[in-house]
Amino acid sequence: MERIILHSDINSFYANVECLYHPEIRDLPVAVGGNPEKRHGIILAKNQKAKEAGVKTGEVLWQARGKCPELVVMPPNYELYLRFSRLARKIYNRYSDQVEPFGLDEAWLDVTASARIHGSGLAIAEKISRDIQDELGITVSIGVSWNKIFAKFGSDYQKPNAITVITRANYPQIVWPQEVGDLLYVGPATKKKLLKYGIYTIGQLAETSVDFLVLQFGKMGAVLWRFANGLDDSPVKAFDEHYNGNERILKSIGNSITTPRDLKDLKDVKLIIYMLTESVAMRLRETGCYCLTVAIHVRNKELHSFTRQLKLAKPSDLTREIAEAAIALFENNYDFSSDIRSMGVRVTDLVPDSTPIQLDLFGNEELRVRQARLDDTVDDLRKRFGNLALRRAVTIGDSMSGLDPKKDHIIHPIGYF
Amino acid sequence: MAIKKFVQVIAKFEEDGRIIPLQVLWEDGRVFDIDRVLDMRPGVSLKVGGQGIRYTCRIQNKEVCLYYEEPKWFVEGKEKA
Repeated sequence: MERIILHSDINSFYANVECLYHPEIRDLPVAVGGNPEKRHGIILAKNQKAKEAGVKTGEVLWQARGKCPELVVMPPNYELYLRFSRLARKIYNRYSDQVEPFGLDEAWLDVTASARIHGSGLAIAEKISRDIQDELGITVSIGVSWNKIFAKFGSDYQKPNAITVITRANYPQIVWPQEVGDLLYVGPATKKKLLKYGIYTIGQLAETSVDFLVLQFGKMGAVLWRFANGLDDSPVKAFDEHYNGNERILKSIGNSITTPRDLKDLKDVKLIIYMLTESVAMRLRETGCYCLTVAIHVRNKELHSFTRQLKLAKPSDLTREIAEAAIALFENNYDFSSDIRSMGVRVTDLVPDSTPIQLDLFGNEELRVRQARLDDTVDDLRKRFGNLALRRAVTIGDSMSGLDPKKDHIIHPIGYF
Repeated sequence: MAIKKFVQVIAKFEEDGRIIPLQVLWEDGRVFDIDRVLDMRPGVSLKVGGQGIRYTCRIQNKEVCLYYEEPKWFVEGKEKA
């Protein structure tokens, strides 16, 4: 049986939620931006008016103000956006139990089974669109198709507040004439390469030989070719509440932060590394994994950045071991030729924590076991009293010490694969 | 312009988890009995900006929308505070 897949995308999500809550700015160009004082001063989202004035997501605030002097910039309120995201998901769940979120504002729904109850894919899309507008006061664009890729394409095709149905009959007319960059997973680099071979539209991509694409792009070439031909058959993955929607195929866990002031010496860096590692290691333990590799990311104030990684001697989920590895990595790779603007700590090569570990004769295994028990106790205390209830002494007495990466960074964008 | 007016509410919690407002306590001490809840559903107030469970209530023969925006209740107030 032919599947019916919907992709629903909330229009200008953050900006429209802010407009809903602030009727006085509803008719003005509005953007949601980070806090310039904390140096997070970029545009996160904008409403239709601001979009028309040329404001782009990711711009710094002063650039946007240059294009649009009357721009109203609202500080972000993630709790509110999370609430709306949850409410929207509840509405989707009325029509299907197979809902796969893609970020906070997008989701795929497999409504194949419920189409018989509600009529058709289009009828369900109309109902969802109406429900969301009535109950949440924001609008969505929905794409209806038989595969996830064309459904996503449909939701991007007409905005805002629109429904696009892409069928086997009309996809050569709708999808194929569009720029190849509009296809999911054709990013700027892939697009550049495709243009070099004279592939400008999705249709041209679809008609290119698979062998040629595989030769140029590796296995992604075949994937893109299938996408362009509507042959993608990946299922809509059911959402698991307990995993925050992101850890279906967990490959790495990381936190990064742009610090409120530049980091000038090793003491500052250690503080930030410990702070980030506390969050990363705790998340690692929550997922029941050990990591084999620790990586750091450093960006200096000239915005040059690099990453370095290091293999651990033993699989670990100990905060101390991970932090020490990260600090060692940093010390071996940076000389403070320039101050640091942002840092990240990431762990990869995850293995289940039931994996047997080779003990060694000379190391102190007892210490590791005790360290693990200490980490568990700390986790427990933090769960009960908040992440800042118990802190490392190194993080006390600095203006940056109140940062809480675990709590503040709960949005994990996910990949399609 | 309408303003978002947070109010005190006396409510009944049903066994099935529904919450039924019974009285609205106004700031000047007046108590308004809710004669009947005509409708309850999630809804938005575009006038004052808010989202929650919207109870359409009959109070003194007038229809009033009372919103439960967890954890607070509000109505669409008339005048500027």
